[in-house]
Formats: sequence, structure tokens, C-alpha cells
Amino acid sequence: MPGAKTRLTVGMLALSALYAWSVAGLRAYPTTLWEGLPVFLRLFADMVPPNLAILPALVDPLVQTLQIALVGTTQGAALAVPLILLAARNVTRSPWLYLAARGLLNLLRTIPDLLYAAILVAVVGIGPFAGILALTIFSLAVIAKLTSESLEAIDPGPLEALEAAGANRLKTIRFAVVPQILPAYLSYTLFVFEINIRVSFVLGLVGAGGIGQTLNTALQLFRYQSALTIILVMLAVVIVIDAGSVRLRQALA
Amino acid sequence: MRAATTAHPLVPPGRWKAWAGLAVFATAYVWAVQGVEVSVARLVSGLPLLARILGLMLAPDWSWLGRAVAGMAVSVQVAVLGTTLGMALAFPLAFVAARNIGRPATSVPGKQLLNLIRTFPEIILAVFFVAAYGPGPLAGMMAIGLHSSGSPGKLYAEVVETIDPGPLEALRAVGATRWRVFRFAVLPQVLPEFLALSLYRLEINARAASVLGLVGAGGIGTLLVQALQFRRWEVVGTALLVIVVAVTLIDTASAALRRRLV
Repeated sequence: MPGAKTRLTVGMLALSALYAWSVAGLRAYPTTLWEGLPVFLRLFADMVPPNLAILPALVDPLVQTLQIALVGTTQGAALAVPLILLAARNVTRSPWLYLAARGLLNLLRTIPDLLYAAILVAVVGIGPFAGILALTIFSLAVIAKLTSESLEAIDPGPLEALEAAGANRLKTIRFAVVPQILPAYLSYTLFVFEINIRVSFVLGLVGAGGIGQTLNTALQLFRYQSALTIILVMLAVVIVIDAGSVRLRQALA
Repeated sequence: MRAATTAHPLVPPGRWKAWAGLAVFATAYVWAVQGVEVSVARLVSGLPLLARILGLMLAPDWSWLGRAVAGMAVSVQVAVLGTTLGMALAFPLAFVAARNIGRPATSVPGKQLLNLIRTFPEIILAVFFVAAYGPGPLAGMMAIGLHSSGSPGKLYAEVVETIDPGPLEALRAVGATRWRVFRFAVLPQVLPEFLALSLYRLEINARAASVLGLVGAGGIGTLLVQALQFRRWEVVGTALLVIVVAVTLIDTASAALRRRLV
């Protein structure tokens, strides 16, 4: 292939330039990085043994964390329904409406969940409410985007049949679209719920409630042994829920 | 509720199951809503304020554009170097954890280690690295680097497990050394997929890098935190706009490159 070698050379040069720019910009020299590592490892050494005395005090924040994830996911999934229909070309005939819905979903998805949380903490104040709103927006965007893509791939037969028989829009959606798309919708919602549980644990680091807020306080007060307990509890819950979710999805499929 | 009526054409025989599932879910939802003290009234009463703030953010303060772009450039650097560090850590671990290349004795612990790294939240790592390296982008880079060896490492290992054993056996049959088998039979088979996975990770890390500044790990998040503290919504708007544009550009470029690779 002519020019393949030139293209490779240009690519390598561009990559080298990108790295040179990044290393110089951050002053990320190996010696600097190496010097910080012992301090990082000492932090972990300071954390053992975990302070198990705080375990009873973790129950309430943990429950609140799971509630944030549950409410945020549910609200997002409910609000996603109209957007799923609007962002699917085979349901929404108006190209403007379709493009607007698609554009909105893409825009919402570029902003990371923790950024929503930080902004909403500034709007509604510190606490779980900001976290719920952040998860609602993020879940809405992801569920609507994924489900509308599945919706565009459904079998058009039932849709056409109902339309030919003179069914109105609502009935067509109810009997031709919903039965075909419901399993995808439910499994994406479950997938997002899993992500949201992970996120809900760290929402507190930006002030949006849950057990992350307890961790943040412990870290600010240099109570590293308590911090380790909280981290271990978080990891344990995430691992248990991951395993449970895999089983649930196998059961649904 | 919506799901209840729609469940019936799907699973006619197990209809009661759908109802039972729905009942369990509704109970959990009501319990959760009461626990976090959300109410429709609170949502509605907040709407005018939210609309006003959104209006302010939609009119970005252009005088901050330069500073926002500079902050985003740092975040991109953090993402590039962090992803590279993650790849460098994941590369050897992937071979250790792959069933066909590593030994069974190393494969299981290797996978468990990758899983553990994957589960440990990035932003908590960032808090620790900020404590170790001081506030700034280096802490963000280290956090992203360590965290993003987990998931890609697991995916790399899965790629290694699906390679064609033919070339390996052929080279072994002609008496090639272990290194040569690796270099000429394994590496060419896995490299394009490794690169594609790493590019995908770069897309995720560009988002992460813009967030980590919220805990002091540098980049555009630092600017955003200050703007939020002083309720400068028009500056928040500028920063968000820069993040959205940069993330979209990176996504597009990375997707185009990935299409060429695999």
C-alpha cells in the first residue's frame, strides 16, 4: 500500500508530540512520580488496622446510599420513557423532534455524573437530594439513549400491521412497540442501577449525600483507620451487588 | 403503573410473577423515597431556581474561555498519561491473568486482583494521591493510571484468551524461544484490540479527568469548584461548554481511530 509507511511515521510523530506536550505540561517526570509513592504507601500503612468501632454508625449512611441509587435510577427510568420514543426514528416521524431528542441525550451524556452532583450541590445544598437529582439526569440520559437504539432495531411488522388496521398512535405504541422493547428497557435500567450504586458511594465526596460523605469527613479529620473501615464496607457491598445483579440478569434473560 | 399493564403480553403464564416483582419494587421505592426525604413539593418548589440558574449557565462568560481551555488542556494531559500508565500496568497483568498464556495458579489471583482494582473508586484514589503528591494534576494522573489498569486489564486478558493457538504451536514446533513465540505469534494477534480498548478507555478517562479536580486533583475541575463556590454560574457555563466540546471531540476522534484498528 503506497504511503502506508509515511502515514505510520506521521502517526508516531503526532503521538510523540502528544506525549511530550502532556509530560511537559504536568511535569510528570518519573523521578517526581517515584518520590511521591512512599508517601502514598505510608497513607495505606496508617490505615491498618481498620477501626471496627464505627461499624454500627455506618448502617444509616449505607442505607441512605442505596436509597439514593434506587430513587435516582427509578426516576431516571420513568422520565426516560418519553425520550426513548422521541429519540427513535421509527416512532417519531418528525425529523426535527427526533434530532432534538438525540442531541439532548448526547449532550446530557457527555457530562460526567459527579459533575452533575457537584453542580446540584451548589444549587440545592449539601445532602442526598443533590445526589438523587444527579443520578436521575444521568440515568435518564443513558437509559433513553440505549433503549432508543434498541427500539430502532425492532421488527417493523407488528407496527405496520396495527397501522394498517387503523390503530391510533397510542395503541400502536402500546401493542406493537412496548412488548418488543420492554425486556431491553428493563435490562438497561438494571445495568444503570448497578453503575448508580457504585456512583452513589462516592457522591458524598462532592457533598451529595450517602456514605461517601462519612468517608469525606473521616479523611478530612485524618481518621484513616475509620476511612479504611468505610472503604472496606463499600467494596464488600459493591462486590455482593455485582454478583447479585449478574444472577438477576441471567434469570431475566 | 405502566410496567404492570405492559408485562402481560410478554409473559402470560407468569403474570403473577410480574405483579409480585412490581409490588416488591414499589415497596422498595416508597421506602427509599421516605428515607431520603424527597417530595414532589420540594422538587416543584426548586424548579424556578433551577430554571434561573440554567439560564445563567446558558449565557457563558467568554472572558473565562481562555482559562477554561487551559484547564481542559491539563485534564486532557492527565487523561493521556493516566491511560498510558494504566495500559502499562494492565499489559503484564493481562498475560498473567489469561488462562491460555498464564498458568492456572496465576490466572485466578490475577483476575481477582484486576477486579479489586476495578472496584476501588477512582475519586477515592485521587483523594489519597492528593495527600501524597499535593493538590494538582499529578495526583489525578496517578489515580486514573492505577484505576484504569483494572477494567482494561480484564478485557485485555479476555482478548488474550481468544487468540488462535495455531501460530503459537507452529513457532514452538520449529523451536522458537518463548520470547519469539510471544513477539511473533501472540503480540500481533492482540495488539490491535489492545489499542482499541485503550482508546475507548481514553474516552472514559477524559471525563474522569475533568471530574477529579473536584477533590483537588487539578485540571478543569479545579476551576469548576471555584466557580461553584462563588456561585458564578456564567463561569460554570463556560467550563461545562468547554468540557462538552472537548469530550465530544475526543469521542469522535477515538471512535474514528478505533474503526480503523478493528
